[in-house]
Amino acid sequence: MAKEFELNEVEVWDGNYAASQALRQAQIDVVAAYPITPSTPIVEGYGAYVANGYVDGEFVMVESEHGAMSGCVGAAAAGGRVATATSSQGFALMVEVLYQASGMRLPIVLTVANRALAAPLNVRGDHSDMYLGRDSGWIQLDAFNAQEAYDMTLCAFRVGEHLDVRLPVMVHQDGFTTSHKAQNVYPIQDGTAYKFIGKYVPVDDMLDFSRPVTHGAQTEEDWHYEHKAKQHKALMDSRTVIDDVFAEFKELTGREYKRVESFMMEDAEVALVLLGSSVETAVLAAKQLREEEGIKVGIVAPRCFRPFPYDLVRDALDMPSLKSVCCMDKSAPGGAMGALFNEVSAAAYSTNARPMMTNYVYGLGGRDFSVDEAKRIMKEQKAHADAGHITTDIQQFSGLRGPKLGFFQTRRG
Amino acid sequence: MSKGLKGNENRGIRELGAEEMVGWDEVTQGVVLNSFVGESENAAFLKPEERVYNDFNSYTATVASWRIIKPVYNRDVCIDCQNCWVWCPDTSIVSRDKQMLGIDYDHCKGCGVCVEVCPTNPKSLLMFGETEDNDAALAAWPEKKKKEK
Repeated sequence: MAKEFELNEVEVWDGNYAASQALRQAQIDVVAAYPITPSTPIVEGYGAYVANGYVDGEFVMVESEHGAMSGCVGAAAAGGRVATATSSQGFALMVEVLYQASGMRLPIVLTVANRALAAPLNVRGDHSDMYLGRDSGWIQLDAFNAQEAYDMTLCAFRVGEHLDVRLPVMVHQDGFTTSHKAQNVYPIQDGTAYKFIGKYVPVDDMLDFSRPVTHGAQTEEDWHYEHKAKQHKALMDSRTVIDDVFAEFKELTGREYKRVESFMMEDAEVALVLLGSSVETAVLAAKQLREEEGIKVGIVAPRCFRPFPYDLVRDALDMPSLKSVCCMDKSAPGGAMGALFNEVSAAAYSTNARPMMTNYVYGLGGRDFSVDEAKRIMKEQKAHADAGHITTDIQQFSGLRGPKLGFFQTRRG
Repeated sequence: MSKGLKGNENRGIRELGAEEMVGWDEVTQGVVLNSFVGESENAAFLKPEERVYNDFNSYTATVASWRIIKPVYNRDVCIDCQNCWVWCPDTSIVSRDKQMLGIDYDHCKGCGVCVEVCPTNPKSLLMFGETEDNDAALAAWPEKKKKEK
């Protein structure tokens, strides 16, 4: 029987430590992991809990991240609660198996400390790895700080393992900015946490010898399409389960989460849409700008990146006062508009407000995103709103040295 | 052909891929396929003809149409060494109590491995055209070869 870990009402934890504590409280059966910066302390901490008797499960050391996720798929198909952690290149190496995990409907939890993808080689945080996972069929929850890294990881087990969902879940936090920044975290005690997550309920587990089962069967054009459609529906329908789990979590802790967090949107004339730790920077900038210059700025932050909350993004943006919205992508878009811009614009297109939509690429490879820069972008949005049309290129780059870089101009106004 | 050789009534009842094409709402979660109908704790201890195979188990599908040549088995020469049973990649050699009985033509794909590994002289398994009659093939079985000096 695992030992109970003594926790204070408030602890000083960084995002990695918070995530590893949440994994410990979930009493996972198998963690198969390969370390990579900046997520290493998550599984390093977990390994210590196993070694010191705080976890009853197995810690499997593997030869690569491909092996780590493969081990997770095998253990999950066998019928265990399974989790791991990774970042960046390790995430990229996992990608093939991520699709296996979701297609096989295995509720694995993957904690990701977001980091840039090489080349150039870079260990700092941006959202390249998170974006790389967006078509993989996983649920993707985004934590903006260490407390949320803890909370989202606890919620991830509940969401993924729900019998109507049975899909793997990623919990993202920003590499270094969140993963290595110590903050006050209010944990819940072991017994309460485990009661919230609940005992693992296996489905079609291979260790049930009374019902021999084949996992990972091959299908061709005759069956593949139907299975992918069923999987997509489960992912889309997980929205209500996520809402329910968040509601239950609020009852337990008082901390309220939504699939889309929005701040000061009720009377907003301009808005920024962004993800991760930058949300807190933007909220601070918006508050200051409201006080300093009276510009009515709001912030929209999808906490749930997948399934993409088309419904709630649309609700957040359907404000009669809203004129101009800037979507900020912290990932090199590789020859397109940013993914967040594309998806949020699609949602905004079906609103009555139909605000002007612009795109900023920012923060690549860990480039700092300051409050001042956030304010500059907000003021630029206000200029669009006043002019009645987009006065700059539609896609621009924030915090980039050298000549101004931008693409495409509006045909409205 | 002894198509029903030690097979239950579900063996090879349809072409592979001819199963009922249900819609997305009826496919299994995660492409999971159950091998048997209901509880089957002791399946490993049952002979194939005693198991209740599921419709999606390949046991119930036939792939005979994939074959253009087939192995024919000659009981008179066979020494029951079980080499073919061990090597067959599709468990299509039927043997009970270490006595070779014949070939499961529903699942044999005509690869010829059984013929290759047969140690007798002449061989107890030989490949013939798919349309050739088994009795005619047996009647024309080659004689024992003399050792070359």
